[in-house]
Amino acid sequence: MGRKLLLEHIDVPGIETFEVYRKKGGYASVEKALKTMTPDAVTDEVKRSGMRGRGGAGFPTGMKWSFLDRKSTKPRYMVCNADESEPGTFKDRYLMEKIPHLLIEGMITSSYALGANTSFIYIRGEYMYVLQILEKAIDEAYAKGFLGKNILGTDFSLDLYVHPGAGAYICGEETALLESLEGKRGNPRLKPPFPAIAGLYASPTVVNNVETIAAVVPIVNMGGDEYAKIGIGKSTGTKLISASGHINKPGVYEIELGLPVEEFIFSEEYCGGVWKDRRLKAVVAGGSSVPILPTELILTTAKGEPRLMSYESLSDGGFATGTMLGSGGFIVMDETTDIVKNLYTFARFYHHESCGQCSPCREGTGWMEKILHRLHHGHGKKEDIDILVDVAKKIEGNTICPLGDAAAWPVASAVRHFRKEFEEAVVQESLLVNG
Amino acid sequence: MAKLTIDGVEVEVPDGTSILNAARQIGGALVPPAMCYYSSLKETGGKCRVCLVKVAQGSTKDPRPMPKLVASCRTPVGDGMVVQNLTSPEVLEARKGVVEFLLLNHPLDCPICDQAGECDLQNLAYEHGASTTRYEGERRTFEKIDIGDKIKLHMTRCILCYRCTYVADQLTNERVHGVIGRGDRAEISTYIQKAVDNDFSGNMIDVCPVGALTDRTFRFKSRVWFTDPKDAHRNCTKCSGKVVLWMKGDEVLRVTARKDQYGEVKEYICNECRFEHKKVSDWTVEGPRHIDRHSVIAQNHYEKIDLQKLKKEVERQLEFQRGKQLPENEIHS
Repeated sequence: MGRKLLLEHIDVPGIETFEVYRKKGGYASVEKALKTMTPDAVTDEVKRSGMRGRGGAGFPTGMKWSFLDRKSTKPRYMVCNADESEPGTFKDRYLMEKIPHLLIEGMITSSYALGANTSFIYIRGEYMYVLQILEKAIDEAYAKGFLGKNILGTDFSLDLYVHPGAGAYICGEETALLESLEGKRGNPRLKPPFPAIAGLYASPTVVNNVETIAAVVPIVNMGGDEYAKIGIGKSTGTKLISASGHINKPGVYEIELGLPVEEFIFSEEYCGGVWKDRRLKAVVAGGSSVPILPTELILTTAKGEPRLMSYESLSDGGFATGTMLGSGGFIVMDETTDIVKNLYTFARFYHHESCGQCSPCREGTGWMEKILHRLHHGHGKKEDIDILVDVAKKIEGNTICPLGDAAAWPVASAVRHFRKEFEEAVVQESLLVNG
Repeated sequence: MAKLTIDGVEVEVPDGTSILNAARQIGGALVPPAMCYYSSLKETGGKCRVCLVKVAQGSTKDPRPMPKLVASCRTPVGDGMVVQNLTSPEVLEARKGVVEFLLLNHPLDCPICDQAGECDLQNLAYEHGASTTRYEGERRTFEKIDIGDKIKLHMTRCILCYRCTYVADQLTNERVHGVIGRGDRAEISTYIQKAVDNDFSGNMIDVCPVGALTDRTFRFKSRVWFTDPKDAHRNCTKCSGKVVLWMKGDEVLRVTARKDQYGEVKEYICNECRFEHKKVSDWTVEGPRHIDRHSVIAQNHYEKIDLQKLKKEVERQLEFQRGKQLPENEIHS
């Protein structure tokens, strides 16, 4: 049984209320940080924890915090990215819905560390009921003196707001999120400058994922060094995995990083194996944007070592034979899955969600969808497969924001590992024509 | 000041200059093309991605190469930076890709487009694109709309460079048009088909790199290369009054602002000059406008001969006939 740092009390009845949460040791990190630590000391603990951002890119959180322009005379902002829109990812929703005070506690402690007196939770519009849960919890925190002026009698004051998005995947990209939060069209900004220098209202801003901010709570409580002992290598701590697809027990699981992938899929404690006694075909390990891997490469690396649920192990072998941990959206596919159809579904999503600002993504995503539509419906041509790969290659790395990469990677990897299926999709039509 | 090299050519520019502007200081073939960047409009650029270049060395202090190709129009230079444009096959490949993307949904209706002959996309496709298309899908189309009585919006041709929205933001008091919709369904539009009515709205036509925004007073009057451009000016209380008259005989077919070698207007003109003074007697004509030799507008366009230039050209041609390969960057100069 792995250690649980975030979801330990998730099943306690009434944990969504302030009283029960407090009884279970909640808000201890706020007391500890505000009363006994300087803001820099909190940042230092996060740095020492080695925690990497849980939103998808896996950038070390402590380092991101240290980039914040502390010399600027402008106000600083802490923004929580709750625009969880990556297909296959639903961990943040689960956490906010079940244990909203954990996020609020994390927001207070993080805002204290960064010197932010106004903080925002930007939540996707589809999570309107979660927004209501959060607002109720925020009201409780205000009433108990954990938010507002002079928290716990200290000099530190904090106002916390929840802001709903209007239903765009792109607003999960941090600069598009900031544009949207400012009330503008959610187009990603050109970087540099990065938000740490000029973010919300051109002021120094840190944007972190829900789970990242929640994880600050155990880090401050147990100390960064202690947190760093959990996990493996540079993948420290625990991670929430949203397991979905053809498994017996889909759901959100908190794992210690370093758990073997095989154990995660097949053990009763986690996914409980592939459903209907079928065989495993492929896994998308970190949300729809990361490369898909076939069974032999997801269970073991190209070197023959067992693949682990960690940032390093999953990306071992680069994109040729590896993938990414991403946001932890673990989608399992059994032997009956049509990879072409699956890829078509993904491509349709990215085409729909492209903001249209830069040309490769705006035009390329639609093109890929059209080709995959043809292939899926048996009207594809042999050249289509190569054109598809080439279009993906020309989008990748040439766009303003990572949406282009996110649209290109699944295509490139699916053709790389399952080329035969695409070729069969083409052959089908020639069979039809020849009777 | 920062010293950097672009395709091996050294240049020194003030800190904060973009790579594109540093390249323009050198000039010639190594200047990356630009479809959305516009030097006299703030915050433009970064969107079309045709100006992508490779930064092989960030600066002397931090010599790491940049991990991805960068938009040269919005990336500031560093001291000791090494930039590759034409010398990087990766850049040329990416640019070819971007041109293909830009043309993907473009109607290619050049034969009936007023912009033909002075269209940035046409030039770009000619120089960097492929001669055939691999795209077989249906192209997206939009209804043409009149935004005001002087400007026609043909959204089907638009490449979403956003320049016209910046013009409206920065030159006029109130912007009433913008981008609505998302992805390849995004379109330039006015708020519930409101008319764009402003003294400087006509500049939207000049900054449009394609034929999406055209002058309704000039629509289908003539191909641009059959007109004779002349620099002219008048005393105007609203703008500099410096314009180009596009004439056929004694008739003024249209009036535009003056564009530089990169197709950019430096002095914007007002709508009165643009739309309401279509008589030669309204203007003081300065003389013929210089048109670049490789522009199609140069057809039917005669200038006083520069003997030195002519001599050089003849020598070049002779050398070519002797079978010696011409240096590539001179072909289009």
